[in-house]
Amino acid sequence: MIPDLGKYAGPVLAAYGGSILLYVVLIVAVIRKNKMAKRALDKAETVVE
Amino acid sequence: MNIWKYANPRRFIVVTDRLLPVLIPLVALSLLTALFWGFFLTPNDYRQGSTVKIIYLHVPAALMAINAWVMMLVASLIWLIRRHHVSALLAKSAAYVGVVFTLVALLTGAIWGKPMWGAYWAWDPRLTSFLILFLFYLGYLALWAAIDDPDTAADLSSVLCIIGSVFALLSRYAVNFWNQGLHQGASLSLDKEEHVADVFWQPLVLSIAGFVMLFITLVLVLTRTEIRIRRATALNKRMPSK
Repeated sequence: MIPDLGKYAGPVLAAYGGSILLYVVLIVAVIRKNKMAKRALDKAETVVE
Repeated sequence: MNIWKYANPRRFIVVTDRLLPVLIPLVALSLLTALFWGFFLTPNDYRQGSTVKIIYLHVPAALMAINAWVMMLVASLIWLIRRHHVSALLAKSAAYVGVVFTLVALLTGAIWGKPMWGAYWAWDPRLTSFLILFLFYLGYLALWAAIDDPDTAADLSSVLCIIGSVFALLSRYAVNFWNQGLHQGASLSLDKEEHVADVFWQPLVLSIAGFVMLFITLVLVLTRTEIRIRRATALNKRMPSK
């Protein structure tokens, strides 16, 4: 199933690994920040009510 | 149609509530298909070997790095002219996402450059303008973080965005302006003679579509986050101190 990457296997895998890692970190950070903001707003609205 | 009604934070949340459940599965489906197709099902190039597979990451990232800045420019101008807070928050959110796309473009470009050019980096017009664009992204985000008053931060970062647009446009058109340096011409062109072969082009277009939708999704989620943070801060300020 793994394609034959030949002598450039290292650079190709490094490019895919590094990029996917950066995107995953970004997505997780965005989701976490969104959840924290939602919780902070819920708390502030509860106190005001 | 009055587009300015979407500048209302409450309406923005309502509209994105409907948009995001459609966008998220589309992003996952298109990216998984494009990257699987590009990595597993396309052949190696006769000259570049398997490094050609890096274009499915590099080209969409580079494209979005530049277009994110253009989007920030439009949003910044709307902020400066019409003072819509959502536009300022959209620009800020686009910068958070755009800086990662720029970093991916620089990283994958360097990794591809070593076996193809014999060097990770060259002071070529496109690479240099791209590096400057990356530094502008960092400066833009640092400016937002450094100023407490959100309106002042939005004003100053909008001005920085306008200045940085020169480098965004330079990054886009550097390969057309100068026939020098290592970077080759655009991989995609309306002229069929100029762009990459169909076997690489089809997954590349799908990959670009996937990354464009990923960018839009993340910017929408981050803008909602910024709206909520602002609202929570305003409510907390309204509460009597203990």
